[in-house]
Amino acid sequence: MKRFAALFNAIDQSTKTTVKVAALADYFSAAPDDDRLWTIALFSGRRPKRAVTTTKLREWAAERAGIPLWLFEESYSIVGDLAETITLVLPPNPTQDDQSLSTWITALREIYTQDEEARKAFVLDAWTTLGGTERFIFNKLITGGFRVGVSQKLMTRALVRATGKPEPELAHRLIGNWHPDDTTWHTLVEAEDASADASRPYPFYLAYGLEAEPQELGDPQDWRAEWKWDGIRGQLILRAGEYFVWSRGEELMTDRFPELARAVDFMPDGTVLDGELLVWPNGQPAPSSFNALQARIGRKTVPKKLLTEAPVVLHAYDLLEWQGEDIRERPFADRRALLEQACAALPDDAPIRLSPQLSFATWDTLADQRGTARDAQAEGVMLKRADSPYLAGRKKGDWWKWKLDPLTIDAVMIYAQSGSGRRANLFTDFTFAVWNGNDLVPFTKAYSGLTDAEFRKITAWVRKNTLERFGPVRKVTPHHVFEIAFEGIQRSTRHKSGVALRFPRMLRWRKDKPLQEANTLADLEEMLRIYG
Amino acid sequence: MRMAKQPVLTFNENGIYCPAGDFYIDPWRPVDRALITHGHSDHARWGMNRYLATDIALPVMRHRLGDITADGISYGEVRQIGGAQVSFHPAGHVPGSAQIRVEVDGEVWVASGDYKVVDDGLSDPFEPVKCHHFITESTFGLPVFRWADQSTVAAEINAWWAGCAAQGKTAFLGAYALGKAQRLLSMLDPDVGPILTHTATENTNRVLRDQGITLPDTILADADLNPKDHAGAIVLAPPGALGSAWSKKFGPQETAFASGWMAVRGVRRRRAGDRGFIISDHADWDGLLSAIKATEAENIYVTHGYTDVFSRYLADSGWQAQVVPTQFEGESLDKDANE
Repeated sequence: MKRFAALFNAIDQSTKTTVKVAALADYFSAAPDDDRLWTIALFSGRRPKRAVTTTKLREWAAERAGIPLWLFEESYSIVGDLAETITLVLPPNPTQDDQSLSTWITALREIYTQDEEARKAFVLDAWTTLGGTERFIFNKLITGGFRVGVSQKLMTRALVRATGKPEPELAHRLIGNWHPDDTTWHTLVEAEDASADASRPYPFYLAYGLEAEPQELGDPQDWRAEWKWDGIRGQLILRAGEYFVWSRGEELMTDRFPELARAVDFMPDGTVLDGELLVWPNGQPAPSSFNALQARIGRKTVPKKLLTEAPVVLHAYDLLEWQGEDIRERPFADRRALLEQACAALPDDAPIRLSPQLSFATWDTLADQRGTARDAQAEGVMLKRADSPYLAGRKKGDWWKWKLDPLTIDAVMIYAQSGSGRRANLFTDFTFAVWNGNDLVPFTKAYSGLTDAEFRKITAWVRKNTLERFGPVRKVTPHHVFEIAFEGIQRSTRHKSGVALRFPRMLRWRKDKPLQEANTLADLEEMLRIYG
Repeated sequence: MRMAKQPVLTFNENGIYCPAGDFYIDPWRPVDRALITHGHSDHARWGMNRYLATDIALPVMRHRLGDITADGISYGEVRQIGGAQVSFHPAGHVPGSAQIRVEVDGEVWVASGDYKVVDDGLSDPFEPVKCHHFITESTFGLPVFRWADQSTVAAEINAWWAGCAAQGKTAFLGAYALGKAQRLLSMLDPDVGPILTHTATENTNRVLRDQGITLPDTILADADLNPKDHAGAIVLAPPGALGSAWSKKFGPQETAFASGWMAVRGVRRRRAGDRGFIISDHADWDGLLSAIKATEAENIYVTHGYTDVFSRYLADSGWQAQVVPTQFEGESLDKDANE
């Protein structure tokens, strides 16, 4: 595992993209086929079938380290990563191992069929043999999830360098439903026909948030606008008489949306649509809130009742493949024209609808329409350059999301908890409250939005102003007011305050605001009435 | 009789207080008489009427706190203060750092401040002191913190430095100005290249050299220095100075941090340095436990760090253990130049 460990360290230790790409490219040029195939797989979130449950791993690690299980769990909550926690609590070990990455993976696959005693013996033996990074990697192979700052884009660039193949082709090859158990390096990366798999999606094109004024984008004539929906992005593939639904996170979600099966009745084979999955009962003027969709996303299979209560419709806004041809290179305006044609004859109850475009002559008129986005249950407006191709990944220039300003409320920090992982030595997770008479009522937690310097300051303050401790949580003197931003507000029976916020985060530390001037529960109720 | 007595040391809003001797240990508010374990700013604060610290710790304290009324004491020397017998014993944390032993009517308490149990070759090594009540830190009081030998870390740092030098880069190593910086200095291999220091680091070096502590030769990296004259150099600086305008003039460079926190990958990545070396002047998990065992104390007070977890573990393992909230900060990665 030496070679892979060296690659891992090189990537993990550097913050520079060029260094990471170079290390990966070297690795892809030199490592054996099985190892490089598995490396692509691991860095794109694929992993060997789990041979041991994490519960067992925790027990065995605590036992081997000679510590009680609760202490292991406390350590885990601070380190924030199970594989790393195990690596650290076991006795330090300097040994280096000569077996390859894929040999270890094969060995893990073999113990899958063995009894628990044999699995335990194998794992304990590996922990004794492997030290440092290699032990960490071994644990990652079991627990899954190599988040090491290698994006698909970065890996694709390294593969371009190692194989000489064009970037769009490699990007397309790497996504979709493949697993190293069923393919080879040759089939995945080198073989001529890469489109054999009917379910294979196209990489999503992602927009950046618009920070400047839209006037800076130039002539409004060159742009098209549509609602930015508050649903989930989805790609609907109709090929070989079947349908496939992919999420932006490249998860195959077909089974979760059985109502989309009827799409094959309305659209020809060889069609790929990009759009937004929304809960939108027929006849309703606007889609239901994101909460309704959340109930659907959470379920792998959908009961009939939920299907009628919360029917999902794809709001299509782009056409990527038409009559079996990849048309991503064509200008957006042309793709849109084809999309409108394809959707022209759709009946009202079809599971696909055309996401309308907003017509506007000037940026000011579009700004006015954007102001009404909440009425349409939208988060703002999407801007797409009329002559832009459909690119892969997040690229600046042709697509922009122009979101509404978030809702905000000034709240008092009352509890603080230390973070984990990157933020293990800082207080970063806070509970906020609003006034109800003379009482402070907690209504939300937030843990992002401050700079590192601000987190350091607040950490020092929390240490000195702790009133009470409840395990890792500290009750602090009510003193600091923060402006909390959020995207939506809903009534909730699970929260003491009766409300639940969407994407709450700290927008500003209001050092200028005295405690008494924070908002009240009545203010929250009013927001709930208007936006809930 | 004994039941009615006050404890030898108590904890109040000013700090750790000894009623029999009417003095405080490392107080965080101005008091009349303060016994100081060591010169870091969360232990040695400004504004006390009288200070008492080891002779070795005093020069740095005077340097940092200015004109103070202070008295020095040697390790092991016993002083009578009111009804208390007081002595200072090496804590191994930084040069001059001490555990303070307080005895009243045969009952012995030890306030250990910050400590580490391994010999860093610079500070007087930690000396276990038998007592009934032991006040301990727990900055790294989790079993995930286990330090490698100093020689192993020294080899890693020197290899990294040599690698930087070979690529024509300046190596920047971030560390506290007092203690960590001098320990790292003593670990560096002067054959690799010149050793430069930030002003804050060098000020402390000067104080320590003046009192007779031997450190390798260093070159002050002030405004007059031309980095081109010192190819292949390593620069020791407080963490806050890394990535500053001052450091930019050195051209191509790599940065590293040296701290116990570097054991956690997430923290290492948050600091966004090129490297993180795991080395601390605080005891690791095994160090804390061995120190506590060696005191033979039955009552343990945990003052700062992972206090809740650590005291629970001690209680589970048979000690009378409790958390005592203080304003000590332990090893902060994010503090600026003065540490």
